[in-house]
Amino acid sequence: MSLGSIPMRYRVKIDREQCMECMRCIDNCSYGVFREENGKIHIDSRNCTVCHRCISMCPRDAIDLHERPVDYRSHPLWTPEAREDIINQARGGKIILSGMGNAKPYPVIFDRLVLDACQVTNPSIDPLREPMELRTYIGKKPKQLHITKNEAGDLELETELSPNLKLDTPIMIGHMSYGAISLNAQLSLAKAAAKVGTYMGTGEGGLHEHLHPYQNNMIVQVASGRFGVDIDYLERGAAIEIKIGQGAKPGIGGHLPGEKVCADISCTRMIPQGSDAISPAPHHDIYSIEDLAQLVRSLKEATNWEKPVFVKIAAVHNTAAIAAGIARSSADAVVIDGFRGGTGAAPKVFRDNVGIPIEAAIASVDQKLHDQGIRNKLSVIASGGIRNSADIAKAIALGADAVYIGTAALVSMGCRVCGNCYRGLCPWGIATQREDLVQRLDPEIESEHVANLINSWTLELSEIMGAAGINSIESLRSNRSRLRGYMLDEGTLEVLEVKPVGA
Amino acid sequence: MTSRTINAKNMHYTPLNKRIKELVKTGVQEIVLENVLGQRFIANGLRGKVTIHIHGVPGGDLGMFMSGPTCIVHGNCEHAPGNTMAKGKIAIHGSAGDAVAHSMRGGKIFVRDNIGYRGGIHMKEYGDNPAVLIVGGLAQAFLGEYMAGGKIIVLGSGSDRAVDGREIGSGIHGGEIIVRGDVDEKQLGVGAITEDFGKEDLDAIKPLILEFCESFSLDPKQYLDTKYTRIVPASSRPFAGKYTWE
Ligand code: SF4
Ligand code: SF4
Repeated sequence: MSLGSIPMRYRVKIDREQCMECMRCIDNCSYGVFREENGKIHIDSRNCTVCHRCISMCPRDAIDLHERPVDYRSHPLWTPEAREDIINQARGGKIILSGMGNAKPYPVIFDRLVLDACQVTNPSIDPLREPMELRTYIGKKPKQLHITKNEAGDLELETELSPNLKLDTPIMIGHMSYGAISLNAQLSLAKAAAKVGTYMGTGEGGLHEHLHPYQNNMIVQVASGRFGVDIDYLERGAAIEIKIGQGAKPGIGGHLPGEKVCADISCTRMIPQGSDAISPAPHHDIYSIEDLAQLVRSLKEATNWEKPVFVKIAAVHNTAAIAAGIARSSADAVVIDGFRGGTGAAPKVFRDNVGIPIEAAIASVDQKLHDQGIRNKLSVIASGGIRNSADIAKAIALGADAVYIGTAALVSMGCRVCGNCYRGLCPWGIATQREDLVQRLDPEIESEHVANLINSWTLELSEIMGAAGINSIESLRSNRSRLRGYMLDEGTLEVLEVKPVGA
Repeated sequence: MTSRTINAKNMHYTPLNKRIKELVKTGVQEIVLENVLGQRFIANGLRGKVTIHIHGVPGGDLGMFMSGPTCIVHGNCEHAPGNTMAKGKIAIHGSAGDAVAHSMRGGKIFVRDNIGYRGGIHMKEYGDNPAVLIVGGLAQAFLGEYMAGGKIIVLGSGSDRAVDGREIGSGIHGGEIIVRGDVDEKQLGVGAITEDFGKEDLDAIKPLILEFCESFSLDPKQYLDTKYTRIVPASSRPFAGKYTWE
């Protein structure tokens, strides 16, 4: 017997009195919800992904969209999702693919941390009239400086400094590859990074020549597939990042299906057109922390030790120990990607169940590195689910040097976090390679939006710092006494090394 | 031809590579490295037309990211020579360790004797310069795992089994593995199948065999017949059909 159809997830309706029949919804929906028949707009709600493209483009606010228009018998365990996943898998025997970050309602630690502000005993600082230092350097810092006086009596620095990236704001844009997102999306991000004086990651998709003008603001990624990696690519990047893991899918690799490998992507990834681009779960030359050190040194050797090398790992149970190993490998920074990190495609079971929250991972890594006296050897970059400037301030107070934003940057270009990126039909021109959709995204305009977002968060950060009487981001870093936990359990407070509210 | 010799005795790899890069920049076409003993990353990311003779045993990742030069090793090699190499050639007068030609995208690696595990893993091809790995002796398990393109040829000299290990070509989705003699069905990894090796196949690899034999002064005649097994991907899309949508 057939399993029948599952209830539709969303219902789209048009208020026919409001509608002026401009047909823009038909043009805008790439999922085929709307069609015209005999001059009338017909709706197939089942195709809807809640990307909100139609709603945002409707000149009359005539479109109504509702989630779960049909109820199940309510049950706290057998949620509609649990039931529907089973039906889906009973039909095909397949792994469920999903997009964007973890969609389970785990408590958000950021939302249970509150920031401190000055009252009476030490004055707050007004960022309008006092200089606020948000400049951030990513890379190794010397343990001590040796300074000598030369014959003319001038001081000279004897200590050799490691290469560092200079950021005007502690906010960077994380790695999203060409392939996962469109070239126009990458261009928008790159232009924005250059505008605000920060960096963005290439992801494992090579570096398209249109991005070469922005290479001084780009961090090139070396992942297990080694796609697009050659000496030219390594030399172009301002820094190199080895990707070991990703928060949305710790422990597994990824692949770009052959149908997405068009001529342009084939050329940046350096693989034949139409062939699957498979990134294995491990790097096949890294089976130990010593092997990782060898890859770090190999990349440095190839680029004359002129560039910082980052290592990105997913936040997992023993992240702190791994980070301590990375600190001994010649790497300059560790990127920790929490379990809320976004992705174009990940098996749902991984996205929703594997990994740990970024808040706990940063705190434990920072503490471990401090305990071992090697915090100066490694910058810590936090990513995965950063939604606003408060999250950034909290991440830095927990021990991060800087953050990567991903989803937030996409939302500033139109993304509505519909989570259907893996279908390649993104109506916002972001997670798609379909030319007509990609054209919807104008890098001039979108780079402005992304830059605006980073600028507003940077402004808010200086206000938050000022209110706490802090005038330099360095003084906020690892400064957990400026945080309090609200309704967090004792165990978590201990890991975070944060006191409860009132204490 | 301008030639220079570097005595690598007790030299760390960084100054050694720096010296090599300097020489290449000044137009030196041949560099002879004497007393090499475990220095990693030799010719790493090196470009140009230079030929480097390496006497001794270079350390891991010889010629990683290399794009153009030729390295001739008069001795054995550690693991992963030709890792992520783009162009050029490495000829090893001896054996090499694990993960030879890992992720190599173009150019050639010739190993006169044997290689370890995971040879040619995730090898690729791009443009008209597919990666080629030829092994004169034996190869161990996981040969050509995850292979995405290019050609691996194992000649198995001195043995009637060129590859004794299992999991050959597991996850292979491009390229081909050509093994002298027979390969058991049970030696193949998931996604790999064997195909007959015919006259046209021999014609296709003949120039490579001749070049390999010339590099090591071997008689090519012994290899110029059709006693090979050809291993290819069962599908170029091993993961298609594994997923459903949320
Ligand atoms: S898929 Fe997007 S554009 Fe289409 S109906 Fe749904 S919300 Fe509107
Ligand atoms: S990038 Fe596009 S497809 Fe992906 S979640 Fe955002 S709107 Fe949806």
